[in-house]
Amino acid sequence: MGEPVHALVQGLILGVLTGGVYALMASGQTLVFGIMKVVNLAQGALVILGAYLSYQLFVSFGIDPFLAIPVTTAVMFALGVGVHLAFLRPLRREDRAELSLLVTFAVALLIEGVIGVVWSTTRRSINTSYANDSWTVAGYQITVVRFAAFALSAGALGLLILVLHRTRFGRAVRATVQNPESARLLGVRAERVAALGFGLGAATAAAAGSVYGLLYPFNAGSHYDLISLLLSIVVLGGLGSIGGAIAGAMIVSVSSAVVATTVSPSWAPMTFFVLLLAVLLVRPQGLFGRPA
Amino acid sequence: MTWTGVLKGGVFVLTLAVLPLLGLPHWVLNMLIFVLMFAALASAWNLVGGLTGYPSLGHAAFFGIGAYAFALLLHGQTELTDGWQPFAWLPAIGVGTALIGVPIAAIAMRTRADVFAIVTITLLFVVQTLAFNLHGLTGGAQGLSFPVAPFPADTFERPFYYVLLGLLVLAMLLTFGTLSSKIGLALATVRGDEDKARGLGIPVGSAKVLAFAVSVGLTAMVGAVWAYYQVGIIYPQFAVDPLITIAMVLMVFLGGRGTLWGPVLGAFVLESGQQYLAYELGPSQFYLIAYAMIFLLIMLVLPRGVLPSIAGRLR
Repeated sequence: MGEPVHALVQGLILGVLTGGVYALMASGQTLVFGIMKVVNLAQGALVILGAYLSYQLFVSFGIDPFLAIPVTTAVMFALGVGVHLAFLRPLRREDRAELSLLVTFAVALLIEGVIGVVWSTTRRSINTSYANDSWTVAGYQITVVRFAAFALSAGALGLLILVLHRTRFGRAVRATVQNPESARLLGVRAERVAALGFGLGAATAAAAGSVYGLLYPFNAGSHYDLISLLLSIVVLGGLGSIGGAIAGAMIVSVSSAVVATTVSPSWAPMTFFVLLLAVLLVRPQGLFGRPA
Repeated sequence: MTWTGVLKGGVFVLTLAVLPLLGLPHWVLNMLIFVLMFAALASAWNLVGGLTGYPSLGHAAFFGIGAYAFALLLHGQTELTDGWQPFAWLPAIGVGTALIGVPIAAIAMRTRADVFAIVTITLLFVVQTLAFNLHGLTGGAQGLSFPVAPFPADTFERPFYYVLLGLLVLAMLLTFGTLSSKIGLALATVRGDEDKARGLGIPVGSAKVLAFAVSVGLTAMVGAVWAYYQVGIIYPQFAVDPLITIAMVLMVFLGGRGTLWGPVLGAFVLESGQQYLAYELGPSQFYLIAYAMIFLLIMLVLPRGVLPSIAGRLR
């Protein structure tokens, strides 16, 4: 096989594996939008906070980041509910959509500031014993961490979809996403669903954060790298659609990995912006979104 | 325009024009330059974010584009004989950036306000990453150097001060002109109920794209003056800084969206407050926390801004 084809396939593999992690992060963000029409700009900051929490558990107690996930998700779920009650619930309904953008951006800055104070701004990474292990399959390199990250993200996404389709809470969430007014008339307690939904979004950020910390070094400002990526994914897939978020994550991740391996890593961030504009031009509601 | 309005504007501009001649210390003039800079930026943001209700979170990208355009225009030269001459580039930088803004606005404003916010914030981070990555053009993290302005040290701040004052007056005149014209009415309908306005045959599409283009053009010109004031070198993390976007938005929200004086008031209050915080807390992360807390407080307590709240009280 020729060298360019090999690079392309390697890029594809990397893109799919990383895409799973992005899908998990983005699913929480698109869920929050679906429930209360809030674009949560703090999702990236919550992911980074999740990475720091599992970093601390690993450094202080030697807990493996994968095993720490139940703890970090529980903590971040509570934090998410708290953020909703403190900052989003008080906003008046009529300007919630616009103000929530700014409020969640402020929450992101607040989290960034707190991380900076607690952990300073130097870059951290989680160095497990298996951090550098990799398998070679048919000439292609697959690192153990990346594969495990993909498997875990897929599992967490499956769990999320199960919660949404098999529980009373999930039914209330889906009803709210489809039609908030009718859901309210049918006895769905909108504010409670919103608070729990925001908590669930933060919990997915925590799970994804543990994995992110294993894959990349991070510091307080790392959430800036995630904001544009996650937003492109959710708009691409269609705001509010979990299936769309998964598809969007795969498209963005695979195409930027391919651009990075075949053209140049410098232009990879431009890939998803161009994709975003192209999709908005053809289909403003995103691939899987319903028209507003 | 009412006579009191003209009087108020005249007194405001005259007072600001006289200030640098009073022998104020350099640190005060430096602070005033940043206050004027943010007043101009906030007024520019208000043209689109306040008047149309489309919250752009990407204006810092256009600030950076203006800054880099200016630095690149001067990059090849070894020294400047006439310090005023580079200011002549400002109109070209403004118009050029406005033209870049047109297709972006045309695509991003086809959808809802929240998708617009998402596209613009994505643009911001993409431009920032490109400023870091395109070493050949921007010098990457090492920064981009250009000759220092050859103004005498005693009055070094003056040219920047007056050019920024000029840009602020321009932004305010444009705001006033828009508010009292048909375009202003069209924009008000966009903010109110865009679909209904379109149904009535109001050219909402071109009105909001025009507002965006003018707004980012002004922003880029301010970015160019900022670059010139940076004594010979600019770095990507300061030229394309999310905090600049946030400051613009916050000032408009504090003062009052869609008003002529709100953004100016917001900038005077917040920028002097910010300079004080930066001085007291240093460049530490506590500064970021304080800033975020003030931000949240304004959003929760005064979502309509100071001026509209006072007006509502008086009515």
